Amino acid sequence: MASTIRVRATATGDTTEVQALIQHPMDSGFVKDAQGQIIPPHFIQQLTFECNGKAVFVADWGTAVSKDPYVKFSFKGGNKGDDLKISWVDNKGASDTTTAKIS
Amino acid sequence: MTTTDNEFSGYSAGRRLILKGAGLVALTGLGNLPFGLMPALAAANDKWPEDAFKQKGEAEAIKSLYGKTAEPSDKVKLDAPEIAENGAVVPISVITTLTDVTSISFLVADNPSALAASYQIPPGTLPSVANRLKMAKTSNVTVIVEAGGKLYSATKEVKVTVGGCGG
Repeated sequence: MASTIRVRATATGDTTEVQALIQHPMDSGFVKDAQGQIIPPHFIQQLTFECNGKAVFVADWGTAVSKDPYVKFSFKGGNKGDDLKISWVDNKGASDTTTAKIS
Repeated sequence: MTTTDNEFSGYSAGRRLILKGAGLVALTGLGNLPFGLMPALAAANDKWPEDAFKQKGEAEAIKSLYGKTAEPSDKVKLDAPEIAENGAVVPISVITTLTDVTSISFLVADNPSALAASYQIPPGTLPSVANRLKMAKTSNVTVIVEAGGKLYSATKEVKVTVGGCGG
């Protein structure tokens, strides 16, 4: 089962830098299709990153986040080999989750 | 108190109601999710700030999200291009030397609704975020940093040649 989430988490010293790229249309609800019908909003609302069971970053997104959203942040307290769990939920109730190791 | 104008095409009051209803149904549907996602979400973070994302104007969005106003600070470094080649994908990031940062939000003043993204920063996470936002047209981009219970901001004008709302 292919995940929509691509993540790279690298630890340098006690700081882990995380980059995530997620496949999602992030439709704003303002764009019309070829027939002139509005494409309804379809966007990730919340994206959560957890390390060792604790949330290290939470993104609350609206329709102004670009398609196939990208985000980068850093946190302390993670070590090489630790699991980083990423999950998102969108406005239609769909979700995805993946776990990556900090390298 | 919270009213939004309906001057954009394809954004009628009826549609808002349907979307809001669909959103509520979608969110209540979360209770049925497998993979242990529900416990993780419940434990980890605050709810999605629906009201703040509905606000059209920047001041209203900030008020809805934080309940206070921000003061400009040179300790907040907003990085955004002078000219965005493609309004659908504008790389914007922030870093700050402020301490005790708990939240970072990005607003695009001239978008249909100003709040673009908001990030919850737990203790131990660095106060820096990079993301990519849509801009409908040339506009001020503002970043809000909540640190030690107070709000600080930085603003930059980004020119947009090709708008990010699909034409």
